[in-house]
Order: sequence, then C-alpha cells, then structure tokens
Amino acid sequence: MKSEELRRLTIKSFAVGGLCAVLALVAWFWLRGQPQDGGIPWALRQVHELNGRLWSKVFSHDRTPPTLGAAAGTKPRVNGLLGLEKPIDQRLWRLQVFAEDKLVQTLPLSGLKLLPLTNTATQFYCIEGWSTRFSYSGVKFSDFMKAFGLATTYRYVGLETPDHLYYVSIDMDSMMHPMTLLALEMNERPLSTENGAPLRLIIPVKYGIKSLKRIGAIRFSNTRPPDYWAERGYDWYSGL
Amino acid sequence: MTTASQPKHRRATRWFHWTNFPLLGLMIWSGILIYWANDIYGIDAGDYTLKLFPQSWFTALGADHRLAEGMSWHFFLQWFFVLNGMAYVAYTVFSGEWRQLAPRRGTLRDAWLVVLHDLHLRKEAPVQGKYNGAQRIAYSMIILFGVLSTLTGYAIFKPVQLFWLRELFGGYDTARLIHFWLTLGYVVFFVLHLAQVARAGWNNFRAMVSGYEI
Repeated sequence: MKSEELRRLTIKSFAVGGLCAVLALVAWFWLRGQPQDGGIPWALRQVHELNGRLWSKVFSHDRTPPTLGAAAGTKPRVNGLLGLEKPIDQRLWRLQVFAEDKLVQTLPLSGLKLLPLTNTATQFYCIEGWSTRFSYSGVKFSDFMKAFGLATTYRYVGLETPDHLYYVSIDMDSMMHPMTLLALEMNERPLSTENGAPLRLIIPVKYGIKSLKRIGAIRFSNTRPPDYWAERGYDWYSGL
Repeated sequence: MTTASQPKHRRATRWFHWTNFPLLGLMIWSGILIYWANDIYGIDAGDYTLKLFPQSWFTALGADHRLAEGMSWHFFLQWFFVLNGMAYVAYTVFSGEWRQLAPRRGTLRDAWLVVLHDLHLRKEAPVQGKYNGAQRIAYSMIILFGVLSTLTGYAIFKPVQLFWLRELFGGYDTARLIHFWLTLGYVVFFVLHLAQVARAGWNNFRAMVSGYEI
C-alpha cells in the first residue's frame, strides 16, 4: 500500500472511530436523561423487568439456597426498622387478607398457630452483597394458602406493615416456594421486635428487602401492588 | 515514495476491542457503586487491615449511596459486555486468529525474555509473530478473566437458580471475592497495557485503529 493511501485510510479510520466515540457519549447522556421509572432511567427499568421475566421462567421450587450450616442461636443481623418504629400491642394485632382490595380474612396470631409449622434453615442474601445463615420456623405460605382456600391464580402478592410505611410485592410463584414462610421464630426463639414480631415473611429466594417484617396485611392482586424499594431504583423482581 | 504497509489487525477484532473498552470501563464503574454497599475486602497485616477500596476513594469518586443506580447499570450493560465478548471469542476461534494469540510451547520462555528486554536487561527481543510471548499470555489471560468475571457474576447474581455455578466457585462469598479480584486484575492490565501502547508508539497504535502498520 502506498503511503498516500495509508494516510487516507488512517484519517478515515480515526474519523470513524471519533464519530463512534461521540455517538457513544451522546447515547450515554441521552440514556441518563431519559424519563425516570422508579428512580432510574426508563430503559434501565425495562432491562430489570426483562431480566426478571427471563429468570422467572428458569425459577424452580426444587432449587433452594444452602439449607445446612445455619448457626443456630446467633443473632440475625438487623438491617432496617422501616415500618417498625411505632410500638404495637401484639394482643390487638390482626393479619388482614385482601383479594383485589376486598377484605377476605382477619386473623389473630392464634389462628395462624393452628396451621402445621415448618422448621428450616437457610443462607439469606442481602442486596448489599452480604449473606447470613439462620434457622426459622413458621407457616409455609403455600400451607397458609391451602388452609384458607385462597386462590393461587393471582399474579402478585403484596405485603405491608400495619403503619403502611413499608410495603413489598412479590410474584406468586416465588411466594409458593417451599422455603417461603410466614415466620414466627428465628433461631428457635420467638421473633424480636426488630426482627419483625409478631409475624414476618422469610423468602430466601429473594433478596432480604422482600422479607417484610411485622406483616399487617397481605394483598392478592393481578396488578402489581406497590413495592418500596422498586420505587427507589431497585429491581422489582430481586430474585436469586 | 512507497512504504511497505501491511494489514495487522482485522476489522472485526478492532471493533470488538474498542466496543469492549467503554463497556468494561462502565462495568467497573457500576461495580464500584455496588461494592460500596458491602466494602469488606482488605489485606490483613498484623493489627492493621489495608482496605482495598477505602471510603475516601468512594467519596472522591462520588460513588457512595448509589447502590440501586450501580445495579441497574451493571445488569443493563452486562448484556452488551457479555454478547460482545462472546462474539469476539467466536470470531477469534472460527477465523483462526487464535493461532496468533494462544500461548504455545516456548511462550513462557519468550515472555520472560520480552520482560528482560523491556526492562533493558537484555539486548535482543525474541523472534515473534503478530504478538510476542508476553502479549500471548496477557491477551489470552484477559479473555479468561472475562469468562471468569461472567461466570462468577452470574453465580452471585442468581446464587439459588445457578446453585451449581455458585458451588463451582466455592460458595457465594468466594464467588464475590473472585469477582472483585478479577476487577483489580483488569485495572492492573489496563495500566500495563497503556504503558506498553505508549512505549510502542504511533505505528502500533494506528494499527489498532486503521488495521495497518508500516
């Protein structure tokens, strides 16, 4: 190749390269400037949702987190007190169950304790990147559904604290996983206030943000109930 | 005047390379935003622990309290990073380019001689093809890093569904640690790569953009 030709080719390649770099920068700023959906640019939310849809297809009740080696008796890490700040009278506590905004059940704790109890242990993952192990017991969510004749055909389950300050929503399939429990105990002890007494969710196939403490209401719906962290930039699915 | 210029890097290779550069950079950046939320890694030296990424660095980079943002970019960009990487590997295998790249017998010795030569401890550089021994090792290793980053990444992204991958890397915490160290590996590679490119000069750099060198 003649040097004149090489010179032309070099200029052309650098021009194409520079143009692509500019286009990449434009794409970057354009993406960041897109309308927000739950605290992040719309396109990023769409990809979170796409990833969630793909992984929910793979999801299986046969796959579980490690169930052995729970350090029984160690204190579970308390990572937040959202929705727990006001004291409640546990004797007056009732679990309310709604189906599409219609109240279908009101249960005292004694009503739940009549159901078969399940005791298991798990590795439990936090969205911050750490994990912990504990044993826990309570009522399998699937047993709860069966006992009260609740329809598992709803797409979503919403849970919220009595003061409505913390709320999550979860796909029905993950809720029906055999390790998803309405928990009454952790490490063989009744739940402490910070750990969500009198009743909390433990769903180890999701990040800990979904395991709502001090459940006040459970809500079944085909439209996705609000989710505290999904409104603040996090992935709604948050499945593991 | 006629100069004997010849093709060096193929067009596809150059596109894959320059696409990967900003993608990997942004993966590292969003990874830092995620790492902030549980920045536990350090090297123990007696009573003192050297934090691998101290809080002052997060503050300087403005990278604290941005976990949600970091995750959303990381899981968005990973698609492009992984697809570009897979396309590159497939191309390199099927085009036969891997022969110029993969280490072979004598590569380790050559690489050592290249290092000695680069440090001005030895006069002659060993005979080489497109890449010298040190490049064969470094560039093959960085591809392996990419594969491992992807696998450890998925192991910590879906530790329950991909339990076999999680266990392959010795559990969740170990997989996360490997994922982190690989990232440090990219940073070291980048510094050395940049120094070598600067040293090799214009002709070499132009070949990575235009494809031709003299």
